[in-house]
Amino acid sequence: MALFENLSDRMNHIFSKLRNKGKLTELEIKQAMREIRVALLEADVNFGVVKDFVAKVSEKALGEEILKSLTSGQQIVKIVNDELVALMGSTHQKLAVSDRQPTIYMMCGLQGAGKTTMCGKLAAYLKRQSKKTLLVAGDIYRPAAIDQLKVVAKKAGTECFSMGQIDPVKIAKEAVEYALKNGFDTMIVDTAGRLHIDEKLMDELVRVKKAVSPTEILLVVDSMTGQDAVTVADTFNKTLDITGVIMTKLDGDTRGGAALSIRAVTGKPIKFSGTGEKMEDIEPFHPERMASRILGMGDVLTLIEKAQDAISQEEAIKLQKKLKENSFTLEDYLSQIESMKKMGSLSDMVSMIPGLSGRMKAGAANIDENQIYRNKAIIQSMTVKERRNPEIIKASRRKRIANGSGTSIQEVNALLKQFELTKDMMTRMQKGGMRGLKGFRGMPF
Amino acid sequence: MGFFQKIAQAMKKTKDAFSKKLFFAFSAREFDDEFYDNLEEVLLTADVGITATENIIEELKEEIFRRKLKKPEEAKDLLKRLMIEDIDYDVPEYEYPLVILLSGVNGVGKTTAIGKLAHMFKENGKSVVVAAADTFRAAASEQLEVWGQRAGVRVIRHNEGADPAAVVFDAISSAKAKGSKVVLVDTAGRLHNKKNLMAELQKICRVVDRELPNADFRKYLVLDATTGQNAVSQAKIFSEDIDTDGIILTKLDGTAKGGVVLAISEEIGLPVVYVGVGEKIDDLIPFDATDFINALI
Repeated sequence: MALFENLSDRMNHIFSKLRNKGKLTELEIKQAMREIRVALLEADVNFGVVKDFVAKVSEKALGEEILKSLTSGQQIVKIVNDELVALMGSTHQKLAVSDRQPTIYMMCGLQGAGKTTMCGKLAAYLKRQSKKTLLVAGDIYRPAAIDQLKVVAKKAGTECFSMGQIDPVKIAKEAVEYALKNGFDTMIVDTAGRLHIDEKLMDELVRVKKAVSPTEILLVVDSMTGQDAVTVADTFNKTLDITGVIMTKLDGDTRGGAALSIRAVTGKPIKFSGTGEKMEDIEPFHPERMASRILGMGDVLTLIEKAQDAISQEEAIKLQKKLKENSFTLEDYLSQIESMKKMGSLSDMVSMIPGLSGRMKAGAANIDENQIYRNKAIIQSMTVKERRNPEIIKASRRKRIANGSGTSIQEVNALLKQFELTKDMMTRMQKGGMRGLKGFRGMPF
Repeated sequence: MGFFQKIAQAMKKTKDAFSKKLFFAFSAREFDDEFYDNLEEVLLTADVGITATENIIEELKEEIFRRKLKKPEEAKDLLKRLMIEDIDYDVPEYEYPLVILLSGVNGVGKTTAIGKLAHMFKENGKSVVVAAADTFRAAASEQLEVWGQRAGVRVIRHNEGADPAAVVFDAISSAKAKGSKVVLVDTAGRLHNKKNLMAELQKICRVVDRELPNADFRKYLVLDATTGQNAVSQAKIFSEDIDTDGIILTKLDGTAKGGVVLAISEEIGLPVVYVGVGEKIDDLIPFDATDFINALI
């Protein structure tokens, strides 16, 4: 994910200067504090939050022990890290589950924050946790919002409850009845986007809250929001006493300062983030991991979890066996491609690997994800025999496969070469772990 | 209601908290560090961004020195003038046939803006065709259909997942057949860092260029006024990829100030063309730099 990339690049730059210095003068520390301030402001962290943050870090950094220390640079990096984690909250906070069925999550936020899409993603996420979730169409104002929720529900593999354009309070109440009767243990109430200063519509939310006592009230916020994020979150929080925040559109190149500010101002945890256009593109929010992403230290844990989510244990064992027997075929390659797709975009994954330079990240962002689909088409145009014995694919077969998949012979060649490389890489990993990869160039795609 | 009244009304909430801070800044006794710090805070909290803010303050300092001003209150009009100059552009008049394409990231209000534009041209006696080229988002074309009915214009749509360029082609054919002079193109929201989606947008533009080579073709980027500094990156990439002509700034009726247009103007020189100030069909109005800054500070 490109999240915080620029901020982390900036911070990295500031930090590498600090680390190399060893002992620092007061002036140098002040200069570094100024650079941190600018980096945070450019990332849209709220002005007040930046002011407090820099004051806190400065106070600690200009303490006598640090100034005397021979490794003051490194100590300052640690101070910034600790303060950042403190600012974002330290651990992931799970969604609350009610003792009384159904558990009700109510979504709220400004227009265009991504509530309806997030409803679907959340339902898909809960489905993977074996919950049966009902989506409730409470946005009665925006044209076709109900239709959109219906489509989203279908994509998430669940049901949508709607009653047309009547009072959302009534819809929510009836939905509870419906959920109980039809065995739904969870329901997510979508609401219309509204301005936090629209008293009439804010009151509507208060009435929905009173009517169904939601287990959680989640504020959905566009992560690209600027300085105003704090005003918005604060007003929603004061009116509704929200229980958590969901940040959306974190797959852009946003520096996501809003996420930092909202937590600092409302004290309410960020629970999830939305990172793409597909139903699977939702991640539980781990503040400590996010802090290390900002500081350019990567986020390997999330990457591993994503892989575990996408590839089942059985598949992994099967694959391992195949590698041992050296019988990894194009069919397995195809299922690998499928699993990779489930993990999200390549650029997201690359950005979670620690120590990669900005240039490599930019390279990953330029990988054409369509190529993956074309590769899939190429393999699907092969016969089973060809998939199992790629060495039999000679000129005329290549031509046929290219025609069948609507690609070119060059692309077929490239795929076959990539397959060989991947097979080679996997065999080496099998033998020597990550070290076997040393000197290996190129990615499997 | 004129631009000023509408924008002043929409930005009233914006103005209250903001003006207080500004008033506080300008009621200082002299041009000291505190005065400039307060001014910086005011601009930064309006999303003007650190670079543009520093430049504006630098310019202000020079002018204050040149004119030998003594009291901060005398500098307020000067500040306004500097800010107005920063975002005042001459936008060429429309010629017909006209094609307007709206692009932007997800959730900024493109579909709503199309509805409002359709209404505006219809009111001016123009025959309008709308191309529902957002074939990605669930129920996007249904939403546009509702706006089409409200504005009383034709909406050309295909099924979800169809090729957006094909929708545009059909809309243009329909406009030619029925003699409509205005084609409005709604596109799917896309994050500007998604390469393949930006390529799709370029394809749509090629279709317009090929089918209506003599048309006045305007490409506007729709920006949500609540967006922070990321808007600069959006403007940069959208204008690189499809040669954007201007900005439609939406959702100015909240508490966000939309100060980021100053940062965009500074870095890319892209003018604001319209602003969205409410949910009603006539709540999209042509932009006026003087009124905008007057309503802002």
